[in-house]
Parts: sequence; C-alpha cells; structure tokens
Amino acid sequence: MASASDIGEKLRKKRRAFQESLGKRHEADQQALVPHGSEELVRRPLEDLTAAEEDPGETLRRQMKAQRQRRKKKLQEVGSVSGSGERVEERSQPRPHEEQQQEVEEVEEVEEVEEVGASRRRGLAPLVVSRPPPGPQTAVSPPPSSSQSERVVDTPSSSRSDQSMRQRMREKLRAARSKAESFLQQEASMEPGSRLQSLRDRDPLTRFDRQGEPDHPGPSEAPTSTGPAATPREPARRGEKGRPTAEESYNFFTFNFDPEPEEGTDEKSRRKRKKKKAAEEEGEDDDEEEEAERGGEGASEEEEYEQDEEVPLVREEEEEVFIIDQSSQDFLEVRRADYLGYQSRLLRDSGLLFMPSLLTAPSSRKLPDDAQPRYLEEEGLYVGERPPVTPSNENILENRVLKQEEGRRWFGDDGRILALPDPIKESSTRPPLFLLEEELDPALHTVYHKAVMSQHAVRGAGPQGEYQLDVDVSGLIFSHHPLFSREHVLTARLAQSYDLHLSRGRGNLSLHLTHKLDGLRSALRRMLEGPGGGALTPAMRRRVSEYRLEVRSTRLLRDGELEKDRALLRTMVTLWKEVKALRELQRYSNTPYKLCLRREEVERALDERQYEEEVLMEVMEQEAESEELYQKRLGAYREQLEEWKVWRRQQKAKQQKKKQKRKKRRKKKRGQSVDDTEDDEEDDVDDEDEGEQEVSDAEGEEGPPRPEAPERPDLGALEARVREKASRIRRKPGEPLLVPELTVAGNITPNDQVPRAELARREEVLRRHLLVKVLYNEKEVSQTDRRALGPDFRVHFGQIFNLRVRNAPQSIRLQVFEEVGSAPSLLAGVCVPVPEPSVLTGRTPTEELEFSSNQRVLFSHEGVGSDVPFSFQEDGGNRQTLLTSGKMACCVSWGRGEEDAPLAPPPTQPPPGALHRGCGDPFPGMGASGLGDLRRMGEWAAESRLDPNDPQNTAVMQLLKVACSGEVTAPEYFRLEQLQEEFNFATEEELERSRRFRLLRLRSQEVSEFRNYRCVPSLEREVTDKTFQEYERRLREGDMVDTREHLDSHRALVAKYLQKIRESVINRFLVAKHHYLLSDLVMEEQVPSIGGAGPGILGLNLFKLAEPKRPLKPQRKERKKVTAQNLTDGDIRLLVNIIRAYDVPARRPFSSRPPAPARPGGPSFSESFAAPPPQNPAQGSDWLLSQVRPFVEVSFQRTVLQTSPAEGPNPCWNQELELPFSAPNGDYSTTGLQAVKDVVFINLFDEVLQELGVDDAEGGRSIHTRVERHWLGSVKIPFSTIYSQARIDGTFKVDTPAVLLGYSKERSHGDGGGYDTVRSLSEGTFLTVFITMEPQLVPGDTVREKFDSQEEERLLLASERFEKEAGLSFPDRPCLTSVIDISGKMVFITRFIRPLNPPPELLDAFPNSPQDATDLVARFVSLVPSLPDSTSFSGACDLWSTSDQFLTLLAGDEEEHAVLLCNYFLSMGKKAWLIIGTAIPEGPTAYVLTLEQSRFLIWNPSSGHHYGQHDTFCPLQAVGCLVSADNVWFNIQEHASPMRISLDVGKAHLWKPFFSRSFPHPGLASVQPPELLYRRSDRAAAAELQERMEKVLKEKLMEWRPRQPTRWNRYCTSTLRHFLPRLELSGGRDPDDQHRLELQALLGDYRISGFPLHLPFSELRPVVEAVFSTGVHSAEASNVEFALAVYVHPYPNNVLSVWVYLASLLRSR
Amino acid sequence: MASNNPSVFLLMINGQIEGGNFPEYDDLYCKYCFVYGHDWAPTSGLEEGISQITSKSRLSPHKLIWNFPLEITFKSTNPSGWPQIVVSVYGPDTFGNDVVRGYGATHIPFSPGQHTKTIPMFVPESTSRLQKFTSWLMGRRPEYTDPKVVAQGEGREVTRVCSQGFVTLTFHIVTKDMKKLGYDGTPSDPSNTLSPPTQSLYMRTRR
Repeated sequence: MASASDIGEKLRKKRRAFQESLGKRHEADQQALVPHGSEELVRRPLEDLTAAEEDPGETLRRQMKAQRQRRKKKLQEVGSVSGSGERVEERSQPRPHEEQQQEVEEVEEVEEVEEVGASRRRGLAPLVVSRPPPGPQTAVSPPPSSSQSERVVDTPSSSRSDQSMRQRMREKLRAARSKAESFLQQEASMEPGSRLQSLRDRDPLTRFDRQGEPDHPGPSEAPTSTGPAATPREPARRGEKGRPTAEESYNFFTFNFDPEPEEGTDEKSRRKRKKKKAAEEEGEDDDEEEEAERGGEGASEEEEYEQDEEVPLVREEEEEVFIIDQSSQDFLEVRRADYLGYQSRLLRDSGLLFMPSLLTAPSSRKLPDDAQPRYLEEEGLYVGERPPVTPSNENILENRVLKQEEGRRWFGDDGRILALPDPIKESSTRPPLFLLEEELDPALHTVYHKAVMSQHAVRGAGPQGEYQLDVDVSGLIFSHHPLFSREHVLTARLAQSYDLHLSRGRGNLSLHLTHKLDGLRSALRRMLEGPGGGALTPAMRRRVSEYRLEVRSTRLLRDGELEKDRALLRTMVTLWKEVKALRELQRYSNTPYKLCLRREEVERALDERQYEEEVLMEVMEQEAESEELYQKRLGAYREQLEEWKVWRRQQKAKQQKKKQKRKKRRKKKRGQSVDDTEDDEEDDVDDEDEGEQEVSDAEGEEGPPRPEAPERPDLGALEARVREKASRIRRKPGEPLLVPELTVAGNITPNDQVPRAELARREEVLRRHLLVKVLYNEKEVSQTDRRALGPDFRVHFGQIFNLRVRNAPQSIRLQVFEEVGSAPSLLAGVCVPVPEPSVLTGRTPTEELEFSSNQRVLFSHEGVGSDVPFSFQEDGGNRQTLLTSGKMACCVSWGRGEEDAPLAPPPTQPPPGALHRGCGDPFPGMGASGLGDLRRMGEWAAESRLDPNDPQNTAVMQLLKVACSGEVTAPEYFRLEQLQEEFNFATEEELERSRRFRLLRLRSQEVSEFRNYRCVPSLEREVTDKTFQEYERRLREGDMVDTREHLDSHRALVAKYLQKIRESVINRFLVAKHHYLLSDLVMEEQVPSIGGAGPGILGLNLFKLAEPKRPLKPQRKERKKVTAQNLTDGDIRLLVNIIRAYDVPARRPFSSRPPAPARPGGPSFSESFAAPPPQNPAQGSDWLLSQVRPFVEVSFQRTVLQTSPAEGPNPCWNQELELPFSAPNGDYSTTGLQAVKDVVFINLFDEVLQELGVDDAEGGRSIHTRVERHWLGSVKIPFSTIYSQARIDGTFKVDTPAVLLGYSKERSHGDGGGYDTVRSLSEGTFLTVFITMEPQLVPGDTVREKFDSQEEERLLLASERFEKEAGLSFPDRPCLTSVIDISGKMVFITRFIRPLNPPPELLDAFPNSPQDATDLVARFVSLVPSLPDSTSFSGACDLWSTSDQFLTLLAGDEEEHAVLLCNYFLSMGKKAWLIIGTAIPEGPTAYVLTLEQSRFLIWNPSSGHHYGQHDTFCPLQAVGCLVSADNVWFNIQEHASPMRISLDVGKAHLWKPFFSRSFPHPGLASVQPPELLYRRSDRAAAAELQERMEKVLKEKLMEWRPRQPTRWNRYCTSTLRHFLPRLELSGGRDPDDQHRLELQALLGDYRISGFPLHLPFSELRPVVEAVFSTGVHSAEASNVEFALAVYVHPYPNNVLSVWVYLASLLRSR
Repeated sequence: MASNNPSVFLLMINGQIEGGNFPEYDDLYCKYCFVYGHDWAPTSGLEEGISQITSKSRLSPHKLIWNFPLEITFKSTNPSGWPQIVVSVYGPDTFGNDVVRGYGATHIPFSPGQHTKTIPMFVPESTSRLQKFTSWLMGRRPEYTDPKVVAQGEGREVTRVCSQGFVTLTFHIVTKDMKKLGYDGTPSDPSNTLSPPTQSLYMRTRR
C-alpha cells in the first residue's frame, strides 16, 4: 500500500503537468470554443465525485440547479432567436477585461485541482465549499445591470459562456453560500417577471429577420457545452433518495483502491473526454434546439446515457493502469491450503446456518407470553380435521417459523400451527381473467392473427414484402368526343359551367369573402374607435395598417369572385340560348338538358340600402387607400427627389471636376479659382478611385430622370369607378336573384324522327365500346370489361383492381380504349399519381383526372369529330376545333391488410421543405399523405395560420379538434361475430350469382334433378345454363299444364298433382333417409331361436344336417347380397330364365271354311315335312299349318334378346337370357334403384316362315322363305318389383289379346288327364319364368319414419306390437295394421274399408245378372291405371289414398284398387275382405276376397280377374292378413298359400285378431266418404281422344318404318273399328267368331294377322309402347298393308278403356 | 397433354399398407377401398384390394407386415368429398371363423409428398352380452353392412365400437393442376408432413 505522502507527491506532479497543459491551450486558442468546453469537462468529474455526497449544502445546490434548468429551458426558446442579437452587445465589452478574467480563471483552476487532491485525502466532504452553486450567481448579477430585459436574456448565455465563468469566479470570491436561502427566494419572485418580459418581447420572426446576421458564430455555439456539463448531477440527484445507484456503488468500489491509480485514471479519462467532447460538440450543435425543448429531463436522460458509456471506459483504464503500476507478484503469495477440521467447521457453520430442530417446540414459545394453550375442541366447538402432516415436518416448520420475527402469529390458540381443515378451496382463488371494470392485462390479451399464406407457399416473394395497390376505375365522362353532335358540344359546355357554378355555390366563396370583409371592417372600426381613441400606439398603428391591407386584398378577391359568378351565369344563359337556337335549327334534340332560371325575389328596400352602404363603404376605403397611396408616393417622390438632387449635385460636381481637371491640365500654370462648394466636394471625390469617375463619366447623360410629383387622387372619379364596377359585377338592387338549374328533364327526339346523318351518328355511338386498361410500371396488369358508350357519353366501369405489388411503383397509368367493331384503339392515357403510403383504401375519395387525345377524327354524319373545325352557324362562320377529352373518375390507394395494416411500402423520407411549401391548401402543403398523419397536420395548421372560420377548413379544424382532444375514434357499430366475415370466402351475392355454387347447393339439397350429379365442373364457365333448364322449367311450370302431352286435361292436372305429392313425399323421405338404425350399419346375427321360421341356430342347422346332399330337385340357394354402392354400369345383369309356356294359341287354319281354291301355294312344303304327325285328326292337313313355333323375346332398357323358337302350344325353352342393367345417372344407391321405372317386357311371338317361292335364278334349287313373327301376348314386370323381391319365380298369365287373328285358343284336345282339368279352370296362356339379378342387390328397406298420426296412442302402440309380433313369428307374411295416407299421416287400416256405391251405370248394365255386374265392377276398377308407389315414391313406401282420392287421381297402387273393389263389393251386399299378402309379380300387395255361395273367390283388383281359392294359377302366393271394416286378422297357420289355408276368420287358432275381447274395437270412423259421386263421362271428349290417339299411333307406326312405305287398308280399318265396341261390351272376352268370318269374307284375298290391345288409359306413352312392343310394324313384306283402329270407351268418372286393334294384311294373291 | 386451363385436377396416390399392430390377433389380412364424393372419379388403379394373410414373426411379436401396395389416380373438380381410404382387417378367431378385426379410415393427405399415417382401428360391438356370446360361439361377429360406413359420419350414433389396434399406411401424393384451379394444398410447414404423433397415442392406449 502506498503511503499518504506518496500520493500527495504524485498528485502534485500531476497537477503541475495538467496546469501546464491547460495554460498552453489557453494561449493557443483563446477565442476558440474548445477550451471552455474542456474547462467544463475538467470540472465534470469533480462534480461527479461530489454528487456522491449527501449533505445539506449539496441538496440546496441541487434545488438551485433544478430551478436554473427550468428557467434555462424557457429562456433558451427565446434565446435561440434573440440570443444572437444580445450576444453582439456582449461581445462589444472591452477586451482587456476579458483577458484579465482569463487569468483569474487559470488561478482558479489550479485551486480546484488542488482541492481535489485535498478532498481525496480528506474524504471528499469539503469540496462543496469551493463549488458555489451556479444559480445564485445569476440571481446576484441582476441588481447592478441597468436594463432588466437585457439582463434576463443574458442570463442563460452567460451561464455558459466564458463570461459566466468569470462571473462565477467573482461570486465564489464573495462566498455567497450563506446567502443561498435568500437567493432562492429572490429567484422565485423574479421568475414570473422575466417570463412576462420575454413574452412581451416576443416577435420572433420580424426581429430575427432584421438582426439575425450570422456573423457571430462563436457565442451562439457557446451554450452547447453547458448542456452536457450541467447535467451530470442528475443521476446523482435521483439516486439520493433511494439505494445507491450504479454510479455510486461504482465510486464506492473504486475508492477502496489506492487513490494513486485513480488519479491517473482521472487524468486519462479527462483527456479522453476532452477529445470526445470536442467531437461531440459539432454533433450537438444540430440537436441543440431539440435538446432545449426536451428540457431538463431530456438532457438528464442523455447524460445518463453518456455516463453509461463512460463507465466501462474508465474501468478499462483502471485495469491498464493497475497492471502497469504493479506487477502480479505483488499480490501472489504461495502457501498451503487451509484445513478446517470437521468439528470446527460445524462450529463455524452453526454460527452462519440455522437448522430447524426436529423436536417439538415448547408451546410457551409459540404462544404469547404467559398464555395457556386453549383447545377449542375441548370447549365443544367444531374444529375441522387438519390435513395430515408428519409431526417431524410440522416441528421443522414450527421451529423455522418461530425463528422469524413475526413467527408467533402463525400459531393458533392451541399452540399449533394454523391450518385449514381442507386446504383445497371451493372456488378458484386465482383472480378471474376477465374483469368487467378493469382492462385485461395486456399480457393476457388474446391476439388474433389472420390466417396468412405461408412463406413457402408464395415462392419468389421478395424480402421487401407484398403490397397491395387498389385501383378503382369508377367511370369516365367525355367532355368532348368525336361523336358529339353540335348540340352535345354546347350542352357539354353548359354542363361544365353548371358544374362549376355548383361547385362554386358549394364553396360559396363570395359569401364567405363578403363576411370576412365585414368582419375585418368592423374590427378595424372597433380599433379605430376603441378606448385608445386617437392615441394609437405604434403597434396598433401597424395592426391597423395590416388590417387595411387585409381588407383591401379581401375586397379585391371578393370582387373577383363576384365577377366570376356573374360571368358564369351570363355564360350559362348564353350557352343555353345557343342550345335552344341549335335545337330549333336542326329540329331535333339530342340531349335531355334543360336550363331553368329560378327567380328569387328580394326585398327591394333592404337590398338597395345594402347596396348603397356597400358602395359607400368601398368608396370610403378606396379614398383612404388612395390617400395613403398618395402619401406614400409623395414620400417616395420626395426621397427620389432628394436622391436626384444629390445625384445632380454629384453630376454637377463631376462635371465641374472634369472641367477642373481639364482646367487643371489646361491651366496648371494658371492658378486656381474654385467655388466653396466645389471645394467641399473635392475631398470626397478625391477618395474615389478613377474607375468610378469614368463610369460616372459614361453615365453622365443617362442619369435618373427627375421624378414627377404624384397627382392627388381624384376622389369624385373614384366613386364613379366604384359604382361602375358594382353595376358590372353585382346584381342591381332589387333585381331578383337568378338561380340556374340544369335538369335532364327534356326529351330526346326519337330515332325515327331525326335526319339520316344524325341517325348514323347515333348508331355509331351505340357501336362504340370502351374499356380501360391498367398499366403498372408500364406493364398492363388488367383491364376492365367492355362497356358500351351511352348516348350521354358517360361510361360507368365501377371496377376495382387489387394489384399485388412487388416492385416499387413508378407509374400507374390508365389507358382508355375505344372499340369500334372488334379492334380496340387507344384513345387516351391518364397518368395516375402514385399514392403516398398513407393513402389507404376506404379513406380516399375518388379523383377526377382529365384526359384528352389529339387524334384527328372526321365523320360524314352529324358527329363533330375531333381536331376538326366545325361551326354552329349555318353559314359556317365562327369555326371551332375541339379535341377529344374527358374526365376519368378513379382512385388509387394502398390496400389494407390484416388489422387494417396498410399494405403499402414504408414511407420514404419526405423532402425537407415539404411542410413549408404552401399555405392555404393542405394538399400542396404536405402531400396527401400528410392528411393521414394528424400530428403533422396539426403542425401544418398552426404554421399556415389556417382561418378557422373558412368553410373550406371546417373539416380540417374538426379533425384537429378531435385529434387534439386525444379521443380515439370508436366504431359506431357493434358486431356479434366480428370474425365471421373473415371466414366468408365469398359474399352472399357471389354465391347467389355463381352457377357453380348453385349447382353444388342444389346437389347438397338433394333436389331430384341434381341428386346424384357427378363431377360438378370446377370452373364457373363450364357450368352451362342448360344444366338448370330442366330444373327451372319444372319450377316455372309448377302450375302450368301441358295438355298436349296428356291428351286429356283432367289427366294432365292429375299428373301435376301427383307430381307434387310425389315431391313432398320424397322430401319427407330424404329427411327420413338420414335416420339410421343399428341394423342399417351393423350386420349382426340375430339371437338364435329354436323354433319358428327365423334363422334359428338349431332349426337351421339341424335342418341342414338332415338335408340330402344332392337333392333331386335342388332349391335355389340364397346368394350373397351386394350392397348397391360401388357398382358401375355393366356390373349388374338381369337374368331372365324362360322355362316354359302353357296353352300358347294355336295357329288357326287360314280359313275355317274348306281351303279356298284360290290358294295354289297352300301350306308350305317344308312345314309339312318338318311338322310332327298330326295329333288331331279333326284338323287334318291344317294341323301342319297350325303348329305354332313360339319364342319369347325379352326387352329391357332397349336391349332385346330372344329365345330360340320351340314347337307346339306347350313349349319348353329353358333358356337363360342375360340383359345388362344400367341405372339412370349411374346412381346405384338404393333410392336410385328404387326409382328405376323401366319395365321388363316379355313378349311371346310365333315364328312364321313365309315361303317366297322358288328362286329362278339358281335353277330352282333354292327356296326363299321369310321369317315373320306374330305377337301372341306379353308379360310386363316392372324392374322395381324385381329389385324389391330379389327374384321372381313363377308362372304368369300371359296378357293375350282378346282376339288373335289367325290363331285360336282352342285347346289342343289331344291329351286329357288330371292335370289338364286343373288347368282348364282358368283360361289363357301361361308362362313360367325366373327372373333375378346378378349379383343380388340388397333391396331397399321401407322407410321407418314415424309419421304423425291422429290415432290414439294406445292404438298405435298396439298396432306396432301386433306388427312386430307378426314379423317375428312369420317374417315372410306381410302384416299391415296402420298405413300412411296421402297427407303423410298414420291411419289405421280398417278405416279404409267402408261400403261404397259403385257407379249406377255399371249396376244398371246387368240388372238381371249379379255375376256380370260384379265382373263389370271389377273391370271398372281394373281400368283405373295402376301406378306403383315404389316407383313414384322412390322409397318403398306405400301411400294409401281413400277411394274418392283414388278416383280423382285416377292412379293408384294395388291397395287403392283393392280397397275400392272391396268397398264396392261390400256395398253390393257381398261379404268381402281385403287380403294383404304377396303375389306374383307384384310382391307384397292387396287382393280382395269374397265369399260367394260358400266359395271363396280371390280377386285381383288390378286386372279384374278372379280366381277360386284352389286355382293353381292364382297369382296370390301368400296370405298375410285379412282386413275388414272392423278387424284385422293375421294368418297364424302353418302355410301361407291360399290353397292350403282356411280362410274362415272365425277360427281363432288360425287367425289372430287385432281387436279381441281384451282390446275391443274402439269404434273407428272411416276415412272414406259416405258416398262416392260420379261424373258422367263425356262421350264427345272420348271420341276426340280416340281420334287423336289413332292419328298419333298411325304417325308413330310410320315413323318406326322409316325404310318402307306404310300403306293403310282403309276398309279393314273401318271394319276393325266397328268390331272394337263389341269387344268392349263383351268385357274383353273373345266374342263369337262372327267378326272373323266377316273379315274373312271381306278380305278374302288377304292373309290377316292382328289383334286388339286393351289397356286402361293413363297417358299416351304406354299405349305407344304397347303397340311398339307387339312388333307389328316390323313386317317387312313389300306388299304388306296395315290396319289400325282405336276405340275409347268412357266409363264414369273419366275412366277410359282403350282398345287398339292392330292388323297387318298380306295380299295372298 | 398439358392444358393451360384445366377443368379437373388429378390426385395420384402411391403407397402401401405397411402393416398393423394387433397385439392379440394373428394371421390377419386386410381389405381396402376408397370412398370419395360425387365429383371424384378414379381414372386408373385399383379401387379395392385384398391382401395376403400375414402372421407375426418371432422377432417382432406385435407387428404384422402386409406391405400391400396402393396405386390409384383420381380426377376431380371439387375438393369436397376428398377420397378416404377405408381399411378393414380380418382374421380367424379361435374356431377358425373369419371375423373382422378392425375398421379404420383416413383421408388421403392433401399435400404432395410422403406421408405416413397410422390409423386406429375399431370394430362394432355386439348389442348385448348374449349376442356377444353367441357371436363368439358362432364366429359371426357384428360387422358393418358396408365398410364404407366408417368413412362417413352419418348414422354412427347408433353403433358402439371397440378399439382394436393400428394400421400404418404410407402415401406418396402427387397432385396436378390443383393450384391452377385455385386450391392450395401445400403444407404451411414442411415438417408437418412426417409427423404422426400417433406413436405416443399408441403408447398410451397400450398402457
């Protein structure tokens, strides 16, 4: 450690060195700034050091300093402008004094340094003594100074300049510390005064201008050094009240070290800082003002920063010094490591560490002194159970707590630590996140980030980011266009001036100026007549003159405005007159413009008075003005005169001198004789050099002319002038106010009344189209749609282009293209200024940019063209040339991104003078971007001294007011789902408009047309309107009825009605389809049951065991079913297995009579040999002919397949036909398949070989035969039946025509036998087929939706149970108890049964034969067309309609037929039931059972046939239940086939009744009407229908024979027509042979084959199809003739029976 | 032919059913099929397939490897109804009856690239204990009427299922013209494509 004396020594040395250096520097640059700065810097570390101290003097000093700074801030504002002037004075102080001061300073410095050293040694305390506060010194100085104001201004500068130094020195000498208190008070009292003064003197601009010569840079820069110098104390000041600052602590630690290196550090750092300071000074000059503004706070901040910077610097120095001064050896000492014994360490540790003991703390320590523990539970209070804690842990805790100061309050009365019984609180103690009153902690705010494209998604995105430029092209208006007619030109001008008028009217500048003028005048008057009266201060005088000037300029402005207004009005009127003249001249009008002048009457007297007043006022002002002007001019004149005189004198003198010189030269020898005056001048002239002499010589002749004295203004003329002007620009007093109004109410002459030239022009206009292209950086980025040019030459585009911008915008250009025909041509380009980055979409108004083109366009028609002279007059005078021009309304702005963030490039630095550029209009003043920035705008407004009363500025002022008040604009709306819009990917309108979206939507709504629409096109344009045509037509034609299609208006209506019902039901089913049951989704084995027909484990398996391995008659096995979902076309095939047929009609010999001699060819030769030997001798040789060769043709979905022909009337084919199946729309879903309406036609044909004779060409060796086929009958099976039944296996009655010409149904009598007798019970041909699908499809289930019902709940439940039980025990027997009626409600089935009266005509037809009447009724019912529900309703759902509905609709399912038939039978007094069962081919169906004479008859209601109970060919296969009007019986017999069961419902063990004794019939009312009303059929309508149908059929027939001629045999046709009614009468049965014989007789020469078709009438299409399927048209013989007859028999209620007799005739030579 | 204005986009799927993780079962095979919306149509490749039977090896007692390749290309106009692959796993039960061991489905990944998916599998449960017993006895476990049920959400509320195991699939997806039609299927984070956190899921379920 160095000793104190060493330190002293070193210090002294340093001091000396320092002193020297200082002295040198002083000498070197006394005038420069740096020394002062450096002096300050020298002081600074000392101040820093002292700052660490805390003593009363120091605090006082700080207060003073704070005050000083406060004042300095104020004064610096003033000083910045006025300071320079003051400083000049300061400078002018005598120099010697300054030098003297300098010396003093030096001495002072030495003292200071010495003190530093001393203070170090003494412990720093007394330094304060040597540092008097700078504040008092300023306060002291004022008293001696004479000028107060000067002094105040002086103060701040003096505190920094060298003078301040000097002063401070002086103060120090006075040792003013004791007076500090009083000074402070003085200062406080003085401050307001100084401020006042500074304010009064404030006229910164003018004074600055006058005096601000920048010739004293030195002093003006002086203040800079104080800024930093004054502030280092700040942190220390702050630190005084708290814990030590970093600075202090740093000092603390550094002082612990040897002071010697510290001194060195100081020294070095000082030097360093000096340099740094010098560098900083320049930089700070610029910041000076700013710093001053920010005041003390800012300065202190800066200081802090500076110090922070310095800290490490110093430390570095320190270490360096340390190392140099002392080597490491000085500190290192090598010795053994200490070892402390464990015990001793424990001992030592115990002093430092606290180990809470494990033992129980005595309760006395835990309780307050001398308190006994109190146990609450012993006192009977409830104490909860404490949470379990191990005692040792508790003890540790207690001991630890006890060690703490406040430890005792943790203990309860019982001396145990306080504990809650259950430490888990019921509710959350955490403060709720969302407090209503308070703002949410910003850290907890959820931040919403909009979804953005990832960086990876957008490749090539520059680092500069993406910006969006929104270009809004709203439209354009032509102010001139080549196609303008003359009238257009005029009206365009008119409109322009009207617009101008309107805009002027809006601004109402003249009114505003008038008001302003009034205001100014009154202000002026007040000032002149004010309290001051005549004694005007110079300031007031100046203001008065300012006001006068203002008044004058305002008046001039106003007069100008008024004149403009007036002129505008005049122009408009003139233009309008011209327009009228032109319209008159050309006798048509092209434009709708019409100008009206509205008069507004004014009060004459008032008006006159105002007028006079105004004039007088003006005259007065002008007088004053002219007087003033005169005075001014007079003054100027005098001055000029003065000058002129001087000049004259000089001139004279020069001349004199010249003369003199000349004289001198001439008479040097001559002596001198000069005037006094000349003598005087000579001195001055002598000073001037010779050059000037020459100049003045040269200018001698052209000197300034003698000024003329101004004339006195003529005041009389003034008034006259004013009046003249007023009359020119103003309305005459009392004259009504004229307000022009331009309307477009006029009408344009229509095209047909204008001359051809004009018409051509108009047509040309219509041909023009315009489009605007947007060019960004001269690249076309997009273009608007083509828009037609309207007759008013306005085009509206209204398109916004969002440009994704990557490059900086250089130019944005809009090009207007005009399109005539196809090729667009450039008309004009408009450059749009690139918007400032703060111009954002939504805030920018649309701008109107003018464009024009100098293209020369010339027209032959009325269009005036462009750049072509034209004239308005007839004579062609006054020619004008106009160029195409117009205005484009557009708007370019930057887009907004997320959170409204502008998608604009960062703003470039605005050019420095931008703010000061203009006053008056904010736009030139700071550019459009400035408008966004309120702060800047406020500055601008303050600067340009906006007139707050100017109406143009109201918006700005309003905005500023709002901005200044600091209000944040809150949205004016409240939205619930503010994020919703983010997720809308398209607006509602877009969705509505887009065809593609519409298609997608319709499909998802499962609208029938689009339900399974595949592959919706991906692009909008690929969706054609055609797609919707059908759908729209359906919507449109909802109520319209197409009678043409249906031939019968009633039926058309019904069809529509049915369609509607179908739709509503389908919609219902679509909803129901989405309800699933477990069985829909999961296939699961049923719980096995031992008995019953179910797939019981035992029953099935045991049965299987007993099964023969190879049965003789193998059963068809169940195949695996395929769900119809992933099927495609061609996957499904329909397998039709034609097995055999019975009783095919046999060919009848050509004639029943003996063969006619006219048939030489006779039976064909080949047949006679091919045929087997005759079986029936009765038919003899004819048998050969009559051997029928039937084959079966199956047609389905336009595929036709046929079997090979077999022989004989009971043929056996056993052939399998495979027909492909394709679902409509490729929709193989269950519903799709159920909706398939296709029908499998199975037609039975007879193949007939027609021998054409021997071919002579080949020598008679070959015989030509032609194969003909004759239709014998058909079976129709709808696909829906096949689909729902999965397979159809059975023998069907072939629907054969009643009459088959050429065939007989006579039995081939050859073989008798039992079987035959069975068969004979029913007549007709039968066909055994097996139809199924490959693969087997899972049939759709019926919809199980619960429909609402009006039935009782109990009944419904019972019905459900009944059906369920039935289904469980006999799953294959249909059981129906409740059905759905046409309105979609559940109705109990018995309600449908009620006796209903059949049409009386039918009953009357056979009054004697009830049997026939019954047949007729059945026939009537069967004639109502059948319409399977499954095809119409696509879901396998039965809708039951009541009989009256059924008869109205004239369409229905088997159920409706059966119900109607049953009701008829009941009313006819029969016992009748409804059979619910399964039949072939219908599947589950309804039949009617009647009991007639102890014999049960089963009626097929759809065909009208009836069968006995034991009829083999009865299509009814199983009987499920019987329904009567009051009960339902379910068949619980072993068998279901009607042949094998008892139909007596009375037997309870065979039939299970629904209503029993336990559940009696509740007396359900019928839903059927009590009586049916029938309309008589319209025979005329029927006849008409008959004709139309015949015509259609004939046309069709010809159509089907496109290659051959179709000849009609009229004779035969008429015969057939006569025959048809008879067929109808006989009820479709083959009548006698009479007609055949007739035919034979009449058409002896023809071979005739034909048949009548009979079918119920629903539509035309089935009839046509039926005719087509017979194949009659396919007869190919060249000489074939046809006969076709139609008969329509009307039954009541428009039930029609249609007969079509078809025959082909072949002339047999 | 490269068309500038495509009206359809193509989705090409290559990949394989790598294997399954069915700790309790052995000798399993799997079937797959695709389920897709109305606007989709397969242009090439197999829509359905059935794999070989694989049994566990002693080395990895839990893993069943099929490595059954998938290759199919779809074309579509609309991303709605994006194809899903439905995988169902079958195997013999104790009596040798072929029963279902799991159904699972997943969407084909949207983004091009390689993806690995692990699908958790499940089977429908019997409705009652008795039925469970009989189904076990009979070897006729409840099955979905159509495996495609697992690719749709409709009607699932009526079923109860039991989790079974996992099947791992890998896909290599190539798309064409998606972007041209305005659909951006590229992943925002490329690291997402190889992810499945299902491993942890698997660990959890095993425990």
